[in-house]
Amino acid sequence: MSAPPTAAPPGRIVAGVLAPHPPHLVYAENPPQNEPRAECGWEVLRWGYERLRRDYENKVFDVIVVHSPHWKTTQGTHVLAVPEFKGLSVDPIFPHLFRYTYDLRVDVALAEAILEEGRAAGLEMQAMRNPDFRVDYGAIISCHLSRPAWDLPIVVLSSNRAHFDFGNEVGEQLQVRLGEATRRAIEKTGRRALVLASNSLSHRHFTEEPAIPEDMSHEHIYHHGQYLWDMRVIGLMRAGKTRQLIAEMPDFIDGAISECKDGSLTWLLSALGFPEYPGELYGYGTVIGTGNAIVGWVPPVEAK
Amino acid sequence: MTANPSAGGGRVELALLLPRMPHPLLCPDASPGVAALAAGYAEARRRIAELKPDLIVIYSVAWHSILGHLLQGDPRPTWTHVDEEFHALGSIPYSFPVDVPFTEAVVAAAGRRGLHARTVNYRGFPIDTGTLVAKRLLDPEDALPAAIVSCNVYADRAETIVLGKAVGDAIVASGKRVVVVAVSNLTSRVFARPVPFDQDRVSSRQDDEWNHKLLELFAEGRLEDVSQLARSFAGQARADAKLKGVWWLAAVAGQHNGYRGDVLAYAGVQGAGCAIVALRPDATAAAQLEFDEDDVDVFRGDRGVLSGGPAPTAAAAPPAPAPVPASSKIAPAKPIPTTSRPAVAPPAPVAAAAPVSTQSIATQSIATAAISTETAPKPVGAYPHARRVGELLYLSGVGPRQPGTNAIPGGPIRDAEGRPLDYDIRAQTRAVIENVRRVLVASGSELSDVLDVTVFLVDMDRDFAGYNEVYNEVFGPIGATRTTLAIRALPTPIAVEFKVLAAARGPA
Repeated sequence: MSAPPTAAPPGRIVAGVLAPHPPHLVYAENPPQNEPRAECGWEVLRWGYERLRRDYENKVFDVIVVHSPHWKTTQGTHVLAVPEFKGLSVDPIFPHLFRYTYDLRVDVALAEAILEEGRAAGLEMQAMRNPDFRVDYGAIISCHLSRPAWDLPIVVLSSNRAHFDFGNEVGEQLQVRLGEATRRAIEKTGRRALVLASNSLSHRHFTEEPAIPEDMSHEHIYHHGQYLWDMRVIGLMRAGKTRQLIAEMPDFIDGAISECKDGSLTWLLSALGFPEYPGELYGYGTVIGTGNAIVGWVPPVEAK
Repeated sequence: MTANPSAGGGRVELALLLPRMPHPLLCPDASPGVAALAAGYAEARRRIAELKPDLIVIYSVAWHSILGHLLQGDPRPTWTHVDEEFHALGSIPYSFPVDVPFTEAVVAAAGRRGLHARTVNYRGFPIDTGTLVAKRLLDPEDALPAAIVSCNVYADRAETIVLGKAVGDAIVASGKRVVVVAVSNLTSRVFARPVPFDQDRVSSRQDDEWNHKLLELFAEGRLEDVSQLARSFAGQARADAKLKGVWWLAAVAGQHNGYRGDVLAYAGVQGAGCAIVALRPDATAAAQLEFDEDDVDVFRGDRGVLSGGPAPTAAAAPPAPAPVPASSKIAPAKPIPTTSRPAVAPPAPVAAAAPVSTQSIATQSIATAAISTETAPKPVGAYPHARRVGELLYLSGVGPRQPGTNAIPGGPIRDAEGRPLDYDIRAQTRAVIENVRRVLVASGSELSDVLDVTVFLVDMDRDFAGYNEVYNEVFGPIGATRTTLAIRALPTPIAVEFKVLAAARGPA
C-alpha cells in the first residue's frame, strides 16, 4: 500500500471503473481465498478484468472506494467505518460458487470524510461501526477482480433504496449528490482513489442453472431486449456521452431490469464529473442471463 | 389437489405472521410500539410452549433466492449476524438445530410440484434478520428444530402458493406437529431518515388503514381471505414483498378461513407496519371464502430459460431440458419443413444415432425425436422408450422389470411353466413408477411433468387397491389424469404396466 499523501499532489480520482460483481468470475478463477473450484468459465469477462489490471498496474492508488448494490440500506447511505474486517463471505444466492475468506483494511479517515461531505450535501449518512458486520459479497468481488492483491484499504458505500421506494428519478438525484460528495471527500483527504461501481447492466437472471455451473453452452443473455439496451448504454459510455446516459438511465433501469437501479453507476459517473472522454470497454459478457460490462474511465490528465 | 392426508398425519398446530425488524430482539424497550411487539412475541412463545410442537418452519421474505428456492441444510447453523440496516443495534449470535430430513422432504415435495428447490449446507451461510429474530424470540432455548425456506425474488403468487403446498405435503407426511411462521412486515415503507423512537409510527396513513383492514380479517381467522386480498393490498399500500409471506402461510395451512385468529401486536417500527398474528386451526370457526383467486397445485411457470432464450411466451422457445444423463440416447430433433421462419434453437446434444422419423406438416414447426436410454428396461420390441413430438412426450408402455437384469420387483405373476405365483402389486407398481421416472429424466422431463396415465392391470379385483395406494402416494400431488383398464395379459410375467403422456421440456 502506498502511504496516504500528506500534501500535494492533491487528492483525486485516478480511475473509475464499472466493475460488476458476478461471483461466477471468482469461482471460475479459482483464487486461494475461495473454497469452490471450477474448471473454466466466463473467460471473456475474466480476460477483461485481466486487461484492466494490466492497464492500471503502474498507476498509484491509495484507496479503493466501492459502491455496492449488495449492501442495501433504506435510511440513508451507510459507509464502513471499522479499520479492519476479517471473515467469510458466503453468497446467499450462489453459495456453491462463492465462499470467500477476506481480510481487508478500511480507510476510516476517508470514510469519515465521505460521511461528512454527504451530510453537508443534505444526505442521510450513517457510519457502520459494528465489528461483527459481514462485508457484502458484491464489494468483495469487485475489489478482488480489480485488485486481487488486497494491498489497498477500501471504503464501501451502501446502496440506498430510494430508486425502489420513491422512484428512479429520486434515486438518481440522490446518487448524483453522493457521487459529488465522494469526490470532494477524496480531494480533501488527498487520496488517489480507484473508484468502483459494483453493478451489472441488464439484470434479469435465469432461475435455474446447468448441472455444471461453468457449462458455457447454457450461457446467454436472458432476453434480446436486454442485449439491445446493454449495447446502447455501452455505446454511450464508449462515446463519452455520460450525461446522455444519465438522462436515459431511468428508462434503461426499467427497460432492462438493470442493476443500475442500485445507483452505483450513476454515483461513479457523478464522482467522475460525468466524463466526456471515452470509457474503455474491457469486456462484455453474460452471467446467468445478466449483462455485464467492464468499463474504465481514466481522466485525460492521468492518462498522460 | 391437496396434501395426502392419509400419509403421515402431520399437521399445522399454529400459524404465525411475524415482522422482520430486529428491534423487538435488540432493543425491546425502545418505544411503546416495539415493546408491544416484544410482548406479542412473548405471548406467541407461551402458546408454542403449551403446544409442545415437534418443529418450527420459517419462511422469510428477507431471505432472497434466485435459483428456485433454497432451504437451510446445515444441521446446526452457527454464526454472528449483523443487520445491514440496523447494525448499530447490535449483533445476533446464533446456533440452533435444523431438521434436515424434513427439509429434504420439502425439497422432494417441491420437485413433485414442479418447483426447483435445494438445500444449502455451507458454514457461514447468511441467515436473515427476520428468521433469526423469530427463532430467538419464539424459542430462546433453541430446543425446537427448525426448517427455513427462502423467498424467490421472481416468484409470484402461483409459485409461492405451490411452495407452501409442498411444505404442507412434507408436514403431513412427516407426522409432526408443526408451527409455521411467515416472516414479513405488512407494509415496508421505512422512513428515509431514522426517527426518534418516541415519534415512531407507521409512516403512511394509507398503509396504516390498509393494515387495519387486514388485521380485522386476521382477527376473524380469515387467513385465506387475506391471502386472496394480497394483490389489492399491494396495489394500495407498500406491501412487504407483495405479501408473499401470507400467500405462503395460507397455502401451508390449508387455504381456508377456519382459524381462531389473534392479533397479538401491531405497531410501526421506523415506519414499517409490523404485526404479530397467531392463527390456530379451528373447525368451528370455518367461514366461507369471500374471494376467488385461482388455486394452483403444480408450478409450470418461469422455468427452462437456459437454452430457450427469452421467458416462454406464445412465440418464444419452450422450457429448457433437465440435464440428460450420459447413458441416454437422444436422436437429433428434426424440424419439420415449415413455411414460417426456421427454428433458430440449436438441436439437442447428440450422444448416439437413433431412428428418426419426420413428418410433414406444412404450417407448423413440430419436431420429433426418438429417445432410448440404458437406465430403463430394454424394450421387448422394436420401439424406443419415448418419442417427443413438439412439447409432448409419448412413452412406450412401462413395466416393472429392472434395467439390466429384467428382475421383477415383487416377483413375477407366473413361473416359466405358466403356473400362477404370489406377487406384490405394490412393489411392482413402485418399480413401474421408477422406470417411468427414468425414461422421463432421460428425456429431460420429470415425474411432475406427467399429464396423463393409462394403467393396465391383469387382475383388477386382486390388485387395484394395492396399485392405487402406491399410485396415489406419487401421483396424487401431480394431478395427472388417469385411466385404469383390466386386460387379459401382458407380454412378460408382470401384473401392471403404465402408458404415459408427459410435457416435454426444453427445445425440441
